[in-house]
Amino acid sequence: MTRYLRLLGLQLRTSALLAAQYRWDFLVDGVISVFWAATAVVPLFVVYGEAARPGIPGWSFGEALVVTGWFILLQGILDGAINPGLQAVVEHIRKGTLDFVLLKPADAQFLVSTARFHVWRVFSLLNAGVILGLAFHRVGRAPSLMGIAMALVLLAAATLLLYSLWILIVSAAFFVVKVDNLTYLFSSIFDAARWPSAVFRGALRFVFTFVIPLAVMTTFPAEALLGRLAPQTLVGAVLGACAFAGLARLVWLRSIGHYTSAGG
Amino acid sequence: MRRIFKAVPTMLKIGFSEAVAYRAEMIVWVFATTMPLIMLMVWTAVAEVAPVPSVSGRTWGAGAFVAYFLSAFIVRQLISSWAAWEINYEVRQGTLSMRLLRPVHPVLMYLVQNLAFMPLRLLVTAPVVVILLVSPGAAHLEKHWATWLVFLASLVGGWMINFFANIAIGALSFTMESSVKIMDVWLAAFFVFSGYLFPLDLFPPWLREATAWLPFRYQLGLPVELMTGVHELPAALMLLARQFAWAAAFMVASLALWRAGVKRFQAYGG
Repeated sequence: MTRYLRLLGLQLRTSALLAAQYRWDFLVDGVISVFWAATAVVPLFVVYGEAARPGIPGWSFGEALVVTGWFILLQGILDGAINPGLQAVVEHIRKGTLDFVLLKPADAQFLVSTARFHVWRVFSLLNAGVILGLAFHRVGRAPSLMGIAMALVLLAAATLLLYSLWILIVSAAFFVVKVDNLTYLFSSIFDAARWPSAVFRGALRFVFTFVIPLAVMTTFPAEALLGRLAPQTLVGAVLGACAFAGLARLVWLRSIGHYTSAGG
Repeated sequence: MRRIFKAVPTMLKIGFSEAVAYRAEMIVWVFATTMPLIMLMVWTAVAEVAPVPSVSGRTWGAGAFVAYFLSAFIVRQLISSWAAWEINYEVRQGTLSMRLLRPVHPVLMYLVQNLAFMPLRLLVTAPVVVILLVSPGAAHLEKHWATWLVFLASLVGGWMINFFANIAIGALSFTMESSVKIMDVWLAAFFVFSGYLFPLDLFPPWLREATAWLPFRYQLGLPVELMTGVHELPAALMLLARQFAWAAAFMVASLALWRAGVKRFQAYGG
């Protein structure tokens, strides 16, 4: 266990060194992340418009902004910590260089998942903080300590869910090789998480709660911060996330059995 | 010149076989562009409480949103291009040299490749067109045949702006480490200002005014507006003229950027 912690520290350090090497990226990423955050908020302004518009049923402007802020936070985690490493796997599989990873005396899933971090994406966390601050200013009250604690638990669950979903998608790369645009697919589906799950009806609501649990990732934490999430929902979400992670691990192990390397 | 045009049908055929071979990728792409359908749900949820009034005096009910966003989905399928990613990848891998060796202008190759995907894209949009025609949105579609002709022309214009913008941004990867970040910014602006996430009619007036002077609305918003019968014929023609002015500007700029970039290309890697 300590060995894996040490490995994680090492991988983080190489990523940090790499980020320090491309210092200009710091500025570029900063500007881009502010731009992205702004474009994530604009649709909300249009939906709520000039006070005359009713907006999303059951969600005031400030409350919906909490969801968007949380969405930007998760997007930062996804782009900074989850995407880069796993994108590298797809490339490895295509070129056949995954062999070198598999040969190393550590768990392959751990190695590929921690291979690369985009350190400069911490900017998104800053943006998310600003937006959440504005949102609660609009709502008119601060979240309770209990709410913050619940939201943090859900943040961990959401990260685990995102990561597991990614592992499941990457596993597909072992079977269908040309999957460059899977990343793009994943971020587009994740885009739906910027809206409170109340806008989805029927079958899609079921899908976004249980199959691709977007609701768990952004709507539940927002509800926790607003102090209206039932504790049993929290327990369900955490158990669900763990089940998802277990499933992803199983699928990964099976898929890696299918890996036959690529010729020269 | 004539020799090159003789090669086009063969290139199209090759492109089509490629499209069929990578159909899984195509499906992934279609799923990745389902944003209008998500937005459709958001807006119908909003309109359910009460129809949404716009500044121009129109009220948007559920039916109008269905017509708008299904049209947006269809238009996005038909105008899309991913040449920027392709060029970026080929420049970094050095495989662009293969293209440069051939006696056909690479931009023409990308163009033909894109067009070769059209039959499959039409196939994908066909069910959505049928759904649109039987949905409550059908009542909100344009009735006048002449406007439909303008719509067809605007599809070509939108496609041109999109394609040449892709070439221009792709050509930037000759001079930058990665032009994908520029593409990200371009896409973010496209989502907000093109009418992809919401009808531009719902923007506050000053932002609406701004979109008239940006290229994004002419990529997607204009064809969708023409489908949903927002414009009278004279206004439609005026907008079409502006669209083609943008298309021509992007064409000239992208070819210039390409020419300047290729001079610097040294095919590293490989």
